[in-house]
Amino acid sequence: MSETIEQLADREYEYGFVTDIEMERIPKGLNADIVRLISSKNDEPEWLLAWRLKALERFQKMLAEGHHPTWAKVSYPEIDYQDMYYYAAPKPKKELESLDEVDPELLATYDKLGIPLLEQKRLAGVAVDAVFDSVSVATTYKDELEKQGILFGSFSDAVKDHPELIQKYLGSVVPYSDNFFAALNSAVFSDGSFAYVPKGVRCPMELSTYFRINAQETGQFERTLIVAEEGAYVSYLEGCTAPMRDENQLHAAVVELVALDDAQIKYSTVQNWYPGDKNGKGGIYNFVTKRGACRGKRSKISWTQVETGSAITWKYPSCILQGDDSVGEFYSVALTNNMQQADTGTKMIHIGKNTKSTIISKGISAGRGQQSYRGLVRMGPKAHGSRNYSQCDSLLLGDKCGAHTFPYLEVKNASSTVEHEATTSKIGEDQLFYCRQRGISEEDAISMIVNGFCKEVLRELPMEFAVEAQKLLGVSLEGSVG
Amino acid sequence: MLEIKNLHATAGDAEILKGIDLSIGAGEVHAIMGPNGSGKSTLAGVLAGRPAFAVTEGSIRYKGEDLLELEPEKRALAGIFLAFQYPVEIPGVTNNYFLKASLNAIRTARGEEEVDAMDFLTLVKEKMKIVEMPQDLMGRSINEGFSGGEKKRNEILQMLLLEPSFMVLDETDSGLDIDALRVVANGVNHLRGPERSMLVITHYQRLLDYIVPDVVHVLSEGRIVRSGGKELAHELEEKGYGWIEGASAP
Repeated sequence: MSETIEQLADREYEYGFVTDIEMERIPKGLNADIVRLISSKNDEPEWLLAWRLKALERFQKMLAEGHHPTWAKVSYPEIDYQDMYYYAAPKPKKELESLDEVDPELLATYDKLGIPLLEQKRLAGVAVDAVFDSVSVATTYKDELEKQGILFGSFSDAVKDHPELIQKYLGSVVPYSDNFFAALNSAVFSDGSFAYVPKGVRCPMELSTYFRINAQETGQFERTLIVAEEGAYVSYLEGCTAPMRDENQLHAAVVELVALDDAQIKYSTVQNWYPGDKNGKGGIYNFVTKRGACRGKRSKISWTQVETGSAITWKYPSCILQGDDSVGEFYSVALTNNMQQADTGTKMIHIGKNTKSTIISKGISAGRGQQSYRGLVRMGPKAHGSRNYSQCDSLLLGDKCGAHTFPYLEVKNASSTVEHEATTSKIGEDQLFYCRQRGISEEDAISMIVNGFCKEVLRELPMEFAVEAQKLLGVSLEGSVG
Repeated sequence: MLEIKNLHATAGDAEILKGIDLSIGAGEVHAIMGPNGSGKSTLAGVLAGRPAFAVTEGSIRYKGEDLLELEPEKRALAGIFLAFQYPVEIPGVTNNYFLKASLNAIRTARGEEEVDAMDFLTLVKEKMKIVEMPQDLMGRSINEGFSGGEKKRNEILQMLLLEPSFMVLDETDSGLDIDALRVVANGVNHLRGPERSMLVITHYQRLLDYIVPDVVHVLSEGRIVRSGGKELAHELEEKGYGWIEGASAP
């Protein structure tokens, strides 16, 4: 359409800066010694090392047998898993007495990202765990939360302070053998966040982890575990950014959620990893396994994701609806511009009686972006009276992008209901002209139309982040009409 | 207010406008009539800057400025309003939100303060009365599921809110029953004033009983072939467009 819009395509990724900080890295490559080294960095107990080594064995077997997943509708060159660093941390990593001891360079980095960590500047009502490359560097509001029995902080600290909880739940939702990237993550994960909300407690603030990849040629492999006991409630948000680099970097995380009777977990993601440049050079490979287990009766897990970054996104936040009357929800906005590729969706596994799931997926493709919705709804033989509603809408900008929908339905009992609706639409030149004739610029018009398209998902985000997500969608789409 | 000289415009490869000359003074209402395919809607589109049309020759000056230099949104900010023949549906964006964004963009361009949500609501309610529009249309997506009449009322509502100085009504009467026509015309007449001009494009004389023009032009094959007073519209209605076919410009 207009040339001015095309020029805006060159707008730079806002979070692409690099922090100049002294790093400690272990040698490149992947083997049992590397896994032992990572484990020793965190002073881990023997059982965890053993678990990691089993995961490594599994990964190496899968790699040797060629089990690299190929079913997703994404393409990228083969990854050399030996030509990569698996651990990088800002140096020196010593015990911090308080946040005031955090390296000022790191504090400045998070400030620049809009995540102030220092006491006087903290985000009101949000506790933040900041993960920088392989380690957690700070957690805010930790003490206040502990007064109510809520544990929130880095995964490595949780392994030291609450090993019984970690041993009980780690790998209980996503076993190391689950898939290729889960096996890799289980072997080499270095840190991540852990949250635990005890019986009957409603977490009084949003918990949030902010992931930042900084080091070069380094993969980020974090592990998040959230447990909500009977009747507990927690809302958790993660955000992520990375510097602009010419090479691709791997991010392979695993997230496990466990909700017991009447517990609720709301998990929101605003994913803004570096997407690569407009010719497809660089960017993060975001290969993530996220799964929640609704173990208890009437428990509820709700995933909301806004995926605007990464060169390739491969993720399917899922719910295992085990408890009777449990509820799973998946609200997703995925946006692919330029050369980005996304294959994303969810799995709703209905096991218990009268379980309910809702899937609302909004895909936006622009430039030469390609994206697929891939979703599985399985109604097990005992999931009597269960229901699913799925709605997948795609919005196309321009004629060089693509949108694909792959719904898989498996119904093993006669009393369940599954509904699936799908639409594809295009932002029309006539819609843009209509807006412009009313004095609204083309960019604002696109942003308005896209936000309107995503409204059902954006309203599921915590208030503070909904605004940020709306802006992000606008920025990610600049220059996409042509 | 508006000065069109020797305007030629194409849509794709086809030349649609073949040398239009038209001068509209402040406070004047001009009507453009003509058979299907004569170029009426192309003229409306060119005035608003619709990207589908290319101007190949000639000039348009608006308040002394070169209108063709301006992007569509800049024209809107400068006070040009097009009431669309086919108002566009935009799912997910509420009428309310859209109109407020539009009004504030235009107020900012005029050097006025933006209106807040409360003031906007009061203002909108007042204007909705004029076009007899039901309240619930404001909370719905723009034009989505609106009836033909509701869409046209919505156009006039926007016009009443934005208070433009030059208005183009592109076949606003098409698809309206007589009651809706009266309501819409009433809305348009609210805006008539010494500082505002209008170009009313219509296929039928009927609308001009309600919006009485100062001058009527007949467009045929991309040229204005006849101009006259309001009685010209009646003459056309009686004799049909066949009457002016082949006639030369006065």
